[in-house]
Amino acid sequence: MTASIATAAASVVPCWSCKGPVATRALFCSVCGAVQGPGTIDHFSRLGLQPTFDIDLDLLEKQYFGFQRRLHPDRFAAKSAKERALSQSQATALNEAYETLKDPLKRAAYVLDLKGHKVDLTACGTINDPVLLMEQMEKREAIAEADTVDTITKLSAEADTEVIACQCHISAAINAGAFEEAVHLTIRLKYLAKLAEEARTKKTRMTRAMR
Amino acid sequence: MSDDGLVLLQLHEPGETPVPHQDEAGLAVGIDLGTTNSVVAFSFDTEVEVLKDENGKALIPSVVHYKDDGSVVVGREAREAILESPDQVVSSIKRLMGRGLEDVKSLAGTLPYDVEVPPEGGMVRLRVAGRTLTPVAISAHILMAIKDRAEQAMLGKAVTRAVITVPAYFDDAARTATKDAARLADIEVLRLVNEPTAAALAYGLDNSVEGLYAVYDLGGGTFDISILKMEKGVFQVKATGGDAVLGGDDIDHAVAEYFLAQRQAGAAITAGEVKQALMTARVAKECLTGRQSGEWMIELDGTASRHSLTRDELEKLAAPFVERTIEICRGVVEDAGIDVSDIQGVVLVGGSTRMPLVRKRVAEFFGREPLSDINPDEVVAVGAALQAEALTRGSDTLLLDVTPLSLGIETMGGIVEKVIPRNTPIPVAMAQEFTTYQDGQSAMSIHVVQGEREMVDQCRSLARFVLRGIPPMAAGAARIRVTFQVDADGLLTVSAQEMTTGIEQHVAVKPSYGLSDDEMANMLRDSLVHAKDDMAQRLLTESVVEARRSVLAVKSALGVDSDLLSDDERQAIDAAIEAVETACAGTDRDAVNAAVETLEDSTKGFAEKRMDRGIRQALAGVSVERLDDALGGE
Repeated sequence: MTASIATAAASVVPCWSCKGPVATRALFCSVCGAVQGPGTIDHFSRLGLQPTFDIDLDLLEKQYFGFQRRLHPDRFAAKSAKERALSQSQATALNEAYETLKDPLKRAAYVLDLKGHKVDLTACGTINDPVLLMEQMEKREAIAEADTVDTITKLSAEADTEVIACQCHISAAINAGAFEEAVHLTIRLKYLAKLAEEARTKKTRMTRAMR
Repeated sequence: MSDDGLVLLQLHEPGETPVPHQDEAGLAVGIDLGTTNSVVAFSFDTEVEVLKDENGKALIPSVVHYKDDGSVVVGREAREAILESPDQVVSSIKRLMGRGLEDVKSLAGTLPYDVEVPPEGGMVRLRVAGRTLTPVAISAHILMAIKDRAEQAMLGKAVTRAVITVPAYFDDAARTATKDAARLADIEVLRLVNEPTAAALAYGLDNSVEGLYAVYDLGGGTFDISILKMEKGVFQVKATGGDAVLGGDDIDHAVAEYFLAQRQAGAAITAGEVKQALMTARVAKECLTGRQSGEWMIELDGTASRHSLTRDELEKLAAPFVERTIEICRGVVEDAGIDVSDIQGVVLVGGSTRMPLVRKRVAEFFGREPLSDINPDEVVAVGAALQAEALTRGSDTLLLDVTPLSLGIETMGGIVEKVIPRNTPIPVAMAQEFTTYQDGQSAMSIHVVQGEREMVDQCRSLARFVLRGIPPMAAGAARIRVTFQVDADGLLTVSAQEMTTGIEQHVAVKPSYGLSDDEMANMLRDSLVHAKDDMAQRLLTESVVEARRSVLAVKSALGVDSDLLSDDERQAIDAAIEAVETACAGTDRDAVNAAVETLEDSTKGFAEKRMDRGIRQALAGVSVERLDDALGGE
């Protein structure tokens, strides 16, 4: 009984404006209409989405636009300072959620984080896995040595395909509950994405030089 | 809304009701504060009117004439005075907003201004007609003239608020300078909107376009290119880029250099003569939009010379600048992660897009004829006016913009560590943790820069600040979390917190190219407007807005839960509400604040009872998420 009282009490907080009860997750107070703070909820819940790596990007955008329409600071330009500040915090939180979930690499790391498996994407340079290291070095060399538009176009396409393939593997691993493997694949995705980017940049440069 | 599609009542969403008594705050206009020309427009029910002078002219030349008698003239008349008294006239001041001496462009080795830099460095000052003026003060004079124009056109109604557009590629210093100028001119800035985004808004609403669009904006002094996704009233900037010092002015410079090189080398030319040569060059460039060739006269130092120029020659002079814009377009298309062929349309903005060479190269690059059916000189002001109305009266459209430049901090060896990458949607906040490298270290210096290069000296310095009061700890033990926040105007604020102790730090940011608070205060005191009264008025308005919100909140609460109150309690609250309403009708800010405080006190018991009821209901399984349930996407 005490536990349920605590739960009930935790689900309701005082609205900063009218001081009455408001659900912790509500965006607006149902009584006085004042915008509430963003609170601390995960990015998926914030955008009203199921917490999965296999996200529908069109739905993500639609949800993001829908929430921004109501919470963006432009909707509060003529309001009190407090409401303007809260709307800015809300919009900032929405942008962070959107930017994280939009990008497959950040999304993978985030989903794994929610499952209790940290992926350190900021650790730069060092690859601990000798197989991955070898593979990356070979591919990087191939890109550096590519001297015709045809070669680089082929390499760039290959790199893009590998990125997509890796994303599929991450999805499969997460769905199978093989989180250790998914962490490993996510680190791999980071390097594959970097490689694909390098190949694309070189391809653009070489194609431009041809003209 | 009702099922049969009949809308009986236009209901506002909670939190979206327009502020009552909004007319008290004065009209809100859209201002395109341009390098060469400025334009002001007003929108009502999305019908936009570009406000014109008595001669029917929309463009206000962004030129200021500081006369001997101390009077200040802005616009056409000031521009005409360039030939007569060049030393008293300032033009293209926008290029110096938030800029240092190294940014001022010379002609034939002579600067077009008599400039000085304060001993501690920072934004340049101009010596004009015996006065020393900051670019902020000069821009404020232009804004005051725009405000006058708007008030005349609006039949004497007060114009107090505005959306002001800035180049998307403007850095933080230039944005802050623009906002400061508006403050000096007694205009409340509702929002700084990026010029290409404003133009897209004007096009999007007019032509109900959908999909990916590019906005190519080449003005007098700045170049912007933005790629936007437009969908059902949402204008989402995918990527933006540009050059804050690339525009028609540079072509004028090239033409003027060309003319001067044809003259016999004589005595060094003066700043005034530079201005005259630039003006002649501009006239020549504009003439060659419609003609193939022409001849112009330059009179310097008492001797006149004739100069002929053909369109081919002009295009050779202009080509490097135009090619640079195309190069920037290429980068932005890449940044947006799209292919040129994905773009459904290209919108031309800015007077310089009238040049046939620009149109030709833009059409070639994007593989389609660009759109220019809204006057490229007016389209930005039209968008700004629409946004001003949206911000003050509500709207279904939404602008989602991004940061144009990466924001970073200096680390060891002068290397930049990026904190917020370019093209990140705003508002945005990012935190970075720092630690100490010496035992007992109590302070730490942080240098914030903006730009894409890896080395600090190749980026633009934004601000330096010192974090003090770090509790004494072993090296590496302190954890200082610095949060960088960019708001919807694209302006940066910084805050810091020591994480092991929770000590919050106030961060005094000293802008590298801004004005100090003292300087701003002095300028406000000296400005033509009565800044002090004005400040008091603003504070009063803010208090009244807050008070009205409190009253509305209490009234809403009474609407649902008044049964919790005894008659006495109810009477006390009603009396407190009345006291607030009375105070709001007056002009005493302290009285308003005091009445609000009394109201808060008198509703404390009521609030507790409401919370109790809420928790009891939650316990009984009654959802308080009446609104939350309905949430979701569109």
